[in-house]
Amino acid sequence: MGASRVNSLPVPADDPATDQNNVVIQVEDIHKIYHLGETEVHALRGVALQIKRGEFVAIMGASGSGKSTFMNILGCLDRPNSGRYLLEGTDVSKLDKVQLAGIRNRKIGFVFQGFNLLARTTALENTELPTLYARINKAEREQRAVEALKMVGLAERMDHFPSQLSGGQQQRVAIARALVNRPSLLLADEPTGNLDSRTSVEVMEIFQTLNDRGLTIILVTHEHDIAQFARRSIVFRDGKIRRDEAITGRAIAAEVLKSMPVLED
Amino acid sequence: MDLLSTLRMAFRALARNKMRTLLTTLGIIIGVGAVIAMVGIGQGADQTMQKQIANLGSNMLFVSSGSRNFGGLRIGWGATKTLVRADVAAMVKECPAVASAAPGTQTTAQVVYENDNWGTRITGTTPEYFDIRAWPFQGGVSFTDEDVATASNVAVIGDTVRKNLFATTDPIGKTIRIGTLPFMVVGVLVAKGQSPAMSEDQDDIIIVPLTTLQKKITGQPWLRFVMLSAKSRSASYAAKEQIEALLRDRHRIRPGQDDDFTVRNLADMADLASEASKVWTVLLGSIAGISLFVGGIIIMNVMLISVTERTREIGVRLAIGATEADVQRQFLTEALVMSLIGGVLGILFGVGLSFAISFTLEWPILISPGAIAGAALVAMAVGIFFGFYPAQKAAQLDPIEALRYE
Repeated sequence: MGASRVNSLPVPADDPATDQNNVVIQVEDIHKIYHLGETEVHALRGVALQIKRGEFVAIMGASGSGKSTFMNILGCLDRPNSGRYLLEGTDVSKLDKVQLAGIRNRKIGFVFQGFNLLARTTALENTELPTLYARINKAEREQRAVEALKMVGLAERMDHFPSQLSGGQQQRVAIARALVNRPSLLLADEPTGNLDSRTSVEVMEIFQTLNDRGLTIILVTHEHDIAQFARRSIVFRDGKIRRDEAITGRAIAAEVLKSMPVLED
Repeated sequence: MDLLSTLRMAFRALARNKMRTLLTTLGIIIGVGAVIAMVGIGQGADQTMQKQIANLGSNMLFVSSGSRNFGGLRIGWGATKTLVRADVAAMVKECPAVASAAPGTQTTAQVVYENDNWGTRITGTTPEYFDIRAWPFQGGVSFTDEDVATASNVAVIGDTVRKNLFATTDPIGKTIRIGTLPFMVVGVLVAKGQSPAMSEDQDDIIIVPLTTLQKKITGQPWLRFVMLSAKSRSASYAAKEQIEALLRDRHRIRPGQDDDFTVRNLADMADLASEASKVWTVLLGSIAGISLFVGGIIIMNVMLISVTERTREIGVRLAIGATEADVQRQFLTEALVMSLIGGVLGILFGVGLSFAISFTLEWPILISPGAIAGAALVAMAVGIFFGFYPAQKAAQLDPIEALRYE
């Protein structure tokens, strides 16, 4: 099923304004309105944005600012009421549910605040999960999962259950799971929200390493320190982008770690 | 997701809650077990009955005096005095499908030999009786027509009577006392065992000439029954109709009036004998139906709980690329695997139950592969039917809300 739904994706729109090779995300005037009974909540009021390949974007904003709604739309979990969202040139606002599932599976890697690993399932099998929905043969599934776990430095703990891993290690398994289908975009929603400060920096180190290798990362966080590890910061307020700027004096996680006291992992 | 991975995932999810899985499948276990026991008992009873009926004698018909009563062959016996030897002679003469007939009457009496005594049934009849019932002798011979004509004191005894009165002695030529009269034993019948329908010991019997019993013991000139044989197995239906017509005519029964006799052929006796197994079939069938239904509802309930418990898992799966169909298939497979586990355990339980029941009722054990396959299919159908709604519910979760679910 996985293969067929990916093959059935429409050919990327031939839009001269979009440089297919460089632009990962092209968002044009997106509006999102929720109906909560009688009241209407205007969560996004005309958001436009372009994110190029290899960017590391931190999205910030208070709760209710629309950043979560925006993330859900970027992650193809939700659709805007109006406007266009092109992911690698494909207008995903026009795709049906099955096609969106295919996009989430192949093009987007999700990392959540709560790790969301399956209990009593080994790190390797957790990592393998997205490949199951991608119709990849057994041998390659396992090979990819092992590779992904190596990338996050957990090759030695493949057979551990989540309950046998620390929070940082669990989040690394979750990152490996997000990477296993080689996505073009990594979406991390408060990935350090449940972690202590050193472990948070360790996770950011992994993100920076992945980003240096060319992976596009979008990180939602409300912690200013964490946002400093990104290259660009976007601040949401009242459903609109209030600020969009390059980060100056960017923190390098590997160096920050050297200056931090070593805690028990 | 491919089938193998889906199955593995289902087994893993169910293995996480082994006790819950087992308890959830209990309804299916009992339901499937009851189905298998039901079919096993039905077939066991059938086979037993066939054997017993074959044992009654080939092409046999049985006319009893008194009206038809479904409760059993014997009820209504002796209620009328209209069945007489002249009727029997007429049956042989006027019913073309009838081969031979033996009139009979019956009483019970205490029988004494030396120091032993035994209460038993005394049947008075003619020598045709032994042929009609295909009942051979283990020793001695039948009494003769001459004995019937002269009402002589001779007796043929059944195996149970022999065991109780003679033990190791050869009974032939010995004199027994029936009531106050002395009788000489001329023959001993081979053992026939239990009769179908009426659970009585066919070998607990003494057979004497009809006239001897009528004139010297009961003093009743009428008959209680007539045993007949039809010319062939297929002729037994025609024979039944001919006898009924003849007797109604001879007994002057007007149209609309009830018969004062009952004619049964082997098929009728088969019906009677299957009454007992029908009770079991209905009982177990109801248990099976109710259990499977309740078992299905339990599965549905537990699957609904499971869907709620695993809301976040479903959210993650949807986020990382599972389609609604994938999620639906996953939960449907879990329900199906659960009902199949119940089915397999139920088959074992049903086989055990069949053994237990057949042991108690002394029926042969019959485990039909058809019943096992059928029960497995029913279990699967229950799983799919009752797993559908929870799976549907899981598939239609909103991934965003599911991920936020605490």
